[in-house]
Amino acid sequence: MSVPGRHRRRGIDTLPPSVAAFILVPFLLEAAVVFAPASQGVLLSFTQWRGIGTPNPVGLQNFRELADDPIFIVAFKNTLRWLVVFGGLSGLLGLSLALLLKAERRGVAVYRSLIFLPVIFSLVVTALVWRVLYAPEGLFNNALQAVGLKSWGHIWLAEPRTVLYALVVASLWRSSGYIMVLYLAGLKSIDPSLTEAARVDGANRRQLFRHITMPQLSGVNSVVLSVIVIDALRSFDIVYALTKGGPYNSSQLLSTFMFQTAFATGRLGYASAIAVVIFLLAVSFIVLYLIRALREDAR
Amino acid sequence: MNRREALSPGEIVRRRGGRARKARTAAFHLTASFISLLWVGPLVLVVVLSVRTFDDILGNGLMALPRSFTFRGYADAWGRGGGRRGMLNSFIITVPALSLALLLSSLTAFGLSRFRVPFRRTILLIMLGGNLLPPQIMLIPLARNAEALGIFDSFFAVIILHAAFGLGFYVFVLYGFMLAIPSEIQQAAIIDGATPFQIYRTIILPLSRPALASMGALGFTWIFNDLLWSITVLRSESRMPVTASLLGLQGTYLSDWGLISAGTITAAIPTLIVFLLFQKSFVGGLTLGAVK
Repeated sequence: MSVPGRHRRRGIDTLPPSVAAFILVPFLLEAAVVFAPASQGVLLSFTQWRGIGTPNPVGLQNFRELADDPIFIVAFKNTLRWLVVFGGLSGLLGLSLALLLKAERRGVAVYRSLIFLPVIFSLVVTALVWRVLYAPEGLFNNALQAVGLKSWGHIWLAEPRTVLYALVVASLWRSSGYIMVLYLAGLKSIDPSLTEAARVDGANRRQLFRHITMPQLSGVNSVVLSVIVIDALRSFDIVYALTKGGPYNSSQLLSTFMFQTAFATGRLGYASAIAVVIFLLAVSFIVLYLIRALREDAR
Repeated sequence: MNRREALSPGEIVRRRGGRARKARTAAFHLTASFISLLWVGPLVLVVVLSVRTFDDILGNGLMALPRSFTFRGYADAWGRGGGRRGMLNSFIITVPALSLALLLSSLTAFGLSRFRVPFRRTILLIMLGGNLLPPQIMLIPLARNAEALGIFDSFFAVIILHAAFGLGFYVFVLYGFMLAIPSEIQQAAIIDGATPFQIYRTIILPLSRPALASMGALGFTWIFNDLLWSITVLRSESRMPVTASLLGLQGTYLSDWGLISAGTITAAIPTLIVFLLFQKSFVGGLTLGAVK
């Protein structure tokens, strides 16, 4: 997302007080509800606090404890897995769907709408839909049985080995349409004369994709990446609704672990430290990407 | 992509051989409808499940073809399942939160885009940045602050949270839109002695209707679909939105698949209606700013 360039407005030179208020009031609201609590959260991560009395400053002890907490380590690894698997697949799926459905032709609008449809449902609705599919006597086990692979049947959400990926699939179902729509918009904005020129020069489809389409999509790619990273790190509802991080914490993400620590065990300082880790992950992914993008630009 | 009048050499070659083209069209529709089915299939299953009776599901299995038809599940989910309460709460939260968010963000976007404001870009980026923060970092302080202010477990608290948390994105998009409105229109009004608020109300706001519709449609689904903020600052069962009450349903009526499916479908209907009414604005809103 880029900010439109600085336009010289031939507006009024002095800012009327009412206009200052139009800007200041919402800004202060956001400061009070978003920025202030966020900084409080960071400060809390350096304390021990159960919600009564004043927080007891303990320096980095929470973070040291996190490093040795087996559940945290599982949640951390799962979150990275989620980022890579969910992120990678939703990018790939979204782009493939967009490429398949990019041409305006009969029926294409219907296909697009159908794939986009789950985007509008809440993750709780998504979770309940998938609970039916994953049920012991649900769609997947039934289908496996029908093709003679009954032994492959699983209690998908109750087995530590499959549960995380089962959740990823449900999330993919919901969000691929969103990524598809972003890529569709990106593909539409490519100047057709570019493609045409390359074609006249004898480029084949793969060359077209590699040298024309992909470079032109770099802007959309960065949007998609930030959407995916932010979404993945926020993923909470679907896990909370389907497994609450179980069985035996095998599907625990940092977001669900943080929520549990805060509101079930009441260790608020410790939970804040987990939140800080989530925050740092979000920032580092985006910074890493920016560095890479800038380096590519410099070439 | 538009069908272009002048055909490229490549395209002329491809135009020959109508049969090959027909085959390609058939292959496309086969692939696309199969994929669409993967996305819609799960929903159809749940809809079917929602109108089967308890005994039918129990006796013939979850995935069997329906041998019964009933709206009992819907009645139960709506009544004793608490669907009505949850749905009402969701609207009590969503409508004021969305209105407040759109009012505030359009005022800010108006100020930033139509007047020479110092640090305009910085303000815009800071506000947008706030939207990108992971909510976990502010959950505990928000719950605590709400308690300290005596607004914990109130609709007011959730409404304010929703309104404030979306601001950055709405401002960002509306700003981009309002910037494109020619300033001559505004100049004329200023010469006529209109106040900034009058310009906002009578000129800029009506012209920004498409962008407002986009943000409204998107914002509605975001707020309506939220779970995390609600379970953070609400405690009473009687104030929970439909997302949270649906979760409760799952716990209470564990094996009553018909009831749970009916509840799920019911909970999806409001956002479905908004999507169907505002499909263009909706998708437009999502992709605004993505392509630049």
